[in-house]
Amino acid sequence: MGLGKNSGLYEKRQPVFPKAVDGRFRRFKWLVMVAALTIYYVTPWLRWDRGAYAPNQAVLVDLAHRRFFFGPIEIWPHEFYYVAGLLIMAGVGLFMVTSIVGRAWCGYACPQTVWTDLFQHIERFVDGDRNAQLKLAKAPWGPAKAARRLTKWSLFLLVSVLTGGAWIFYFADAPTLAREFLAGDAPYVAYATVALLTTTTFVFGGFMREQVCIYMCPWPRIQTAMMDERTLIVTYKDWRGEPRGRGRRPATLDDLGASPEKLGDCIDCNQCVAVCPTGIDIREGPQIGCITCALCIDACDQVMTKIGKPRGLIDYATLEDCAAEKAGRAPRRLSKVLSHPRTLIYFAVWGGVGAAMLFSVGDRARLTISAQHQRNPSFVQLSDGHVRNGYTVKLRNMEGRPRAIEVSVAGLPGAVLWTDGGSRAQATDRLTATVPADSLAKLPIFVVAPLVDEGSESFEFRARALTKDHPETAAVRAEFEGPEEQ
Amino acid sequence: MADNKSIDQATGTETVGHEWDGIQELNTPLPRWWLWTFYASIVWAIAYTVAFPAWPLVSRATAGVLHWSSRGQLDQELAADAARKAPLLKAIAATPIEQLPGKPQLWQAAVEGGHAAFRNNCTQCHGTGAAGSKGYPNLNDDDWLWGGDLKAIQYTIANGVRNPDHPQTRTSQMPSFGRDGLLQPNEISDVVAYVRTISHQQPANAEARRGAAIFAANCAACHGATGTGNRAVGAPNLTDSIWLYGGDEASLTNTVTNAHYGVMPRWEAKLGPTQVKMLAAYVYSLGGGERAPVQIAGAPPKR
Ligand code: SF4
Ligand code: SF4
Repeated sequence: MGLGKNSGLYEKRQPVFPKAVDGRFRRFKWLVMVAALTIYYVTPWLRWDRGAYAPNQAVLVDLAHRRFFFGPIEIWPHEFYYVAGLLIMAGVGLFMVTSIVGRAWCGYACPQTVWTDLFQHIERFVDGDRNAQLKLAKAPWGPAKAARRLTKWSLFLLVSVLTGGAWIFYFADAPTLAREFLAGDAPYVAYATVALLTTTTFVFGGFMREQVCIYMCPWPRIQTAMMDERTLIVTYKDWRGEPRGRGRRPATLDDLGASPEKLGDCIDCNQCVAVCPTGIDIREGPQIGCITCALCIDACDQVMTKIGKPRGLIDYATLEDCAAEKAGRAPRRLSKVLSHPRTLIYFAVWGGVGAAMLFSVGDRARLTISAQHQRNPSFVQLSDGHVRNGYTVKLRNMEGRPRAIEVSVAGLPGAVLWTDGGSRAQATDRLTATVPADSLAKLPIFVVAPLVDEGSESFEFRARALTKDHPETAAVRAEFEGPEEQ
Repeated sequence: MADNKSIDQATGTETVGHEWDGIQELNTPLPRWWLWTFYASIVWAIAYTVAFPAWPLVSRATAGVLHWSSRGQLDQELAADAARKAPLLKAIAATPIEQLPGKPQLWQAAVEGGHAAFRNNCTQCHGTGAAGSKGYPNLNDDDWLWGGDLKAIQYTIANGVRNPDHPQTRTSQMPSFGRDGLLQPNEISDVVAYVRTISHQQPANAEARRGAAIFAANCAACHGATGTGNRAVGAPNLTDSIWLYGGDEASLTNTVTNAHYGVMPRWEAKLGPTQVKMLAAYVYSLGGGERAPVQIAGAPPKR
């Protein structure tokens, strides 16, 4: 048994040739597309002056040095919870939006949608609108068709390269990387990333399109859990449209030869199907292929205007509205839609995470100290009877300038300390280390104190930045061990 | 199959033609590219098993046409690592030990290399943290039998202690005062009392005062008139708080009666001069080393 063409186990992709349409949702889609692409392409080129020691790129994910820069905010690896918080906000925000307007993300902002849309515009620019495209698809291969296809695919490729290319600029200084990239000196991973993203953009946006949404993307399968009867979705109002009348409406209902009540508003012109980027018929009801881009609403509204019927045969509506409208009641007001408890809960979580992050980012420490007690041996008895303990003290200078930081010990009478390369002869009660900008310094520190009576005593390591304008302090507790009393 | 198509009434979709308890399955095919992706995965998997070690045989697996193996990769990485370290080791070998601390990069490499060598060769006696134990000196403290500057440590490690067949070895011999009948038991307890007095463990008493004379006659030659020891002969300082064999009465009595002879191998014969040098650097870096080396710059910057 072969899986031949007629086995029916696998299906060839049915190409979709969406027709151009104009209308309020189409214009909104343009707006979102321009905004999204602008943000994507322009962001890495924005500058932000952080002084001499830090990069001056506004948004930079510096993986090599494990730093994230978002404008005035710099994030260290141990502060990754800020990034986690942003991801949580993005996730909950998506739930929130989905609970209000369904698959708005899919219809307007998803990269797959944005680039598919862009590629479809290119397609129309090269091949013409739906009918021309259909004709060209059926036409046998010849020089003219080949020329058009080559033009189209080259344009696809150009956009894909630009798309893949823009991504790498988030991870390194954009102007420098751009120069290196063109000169062939950029790191291997930059070229690999561009190649990978170019390929995926070209294949996903140029050829697979709705297949990605329907077969590859997990999100449509999950998001139904966030939607309920009070979520706005694109709906065909079958109680108003059915039964469909064929072709254009006759001028007078009498010409119809049928009872006028029996015919709905839909004239079965198929415009809603023709414009659909995923090639589905919304009149069959809600389905996984619908990304709620609302282009069918624009198309049908045009038809309704032409035949003199009220717009909104296809419209954003909630299941509750549908039931109300079917029963002849008025739909809910928008404020009612928004004050849905489920939406409010999402908003509370989203806003709570955001407020907590804002609050904590406002007063986080830029100097921290930690001390790790040396355990092997945990103490050393010296010849004069004093006891020595060893520590690895880490000073984190999270400011974008080098700082002289003084380390001292409190709560351990008679204690002196020194760091590597020194010796007990040079020990003092405080020592100063210069920690480079935005770095971590590891100091092996020896602390010597007169013999303590008990087995161990606790004291405090204190760090103080010796800067006049912004002196910062930090402290950490540590144990001081000595011989047990016999 | 094509001729007995059955179409589901409600959806208008073809069914696969089977029926289980009255339930029929709709035929909703996957896209064709999915199929091709599946085929491509199979091809990839086969190619992979041909290219890389995959099929288990009796004593080994198939080698794979690329001749890659994790062991081979490890060998390569080890060789690359050795090549990377070679110039550093050469520089360490060429630099006199007392100049190492002035060269932070060399110093750090020497200390790290010394630590590795220490873990392999020295921990059996001195412990993983170099804290020693009874009879095995603690290398962290500041009491040195043979000297605690870099050169002295290097010499001790290189030549060992009490290697009978090696003329350069560190050696010293304390008489077994009790066993050989050089001192009577009451004299020993007197001298022990005196030693405990000069090390501030007990106040002077009549015993100790008697012991002082015995000390001057028998012990001062090596341990010095005041008991502060003599490094030239490895005689320990008896006035500090560090005791290799214990400073309590019983331990001291045992020491004076029988004497102790600790032995350390001469490591240069086994490890070679460069490793010995690195070991000395490591031991020195433990914090008890004597005479300050040149100041080392702060921790190396992270970026
Ligand atoms: S565009 Fe409107 S009128 Fe035309 S077929 Fe679709 S629903 Fe019916
Ligand atoms: S059915 Fe309408 S809203 Fe859904 S994807 Fe198609 S055009 Fe967009």
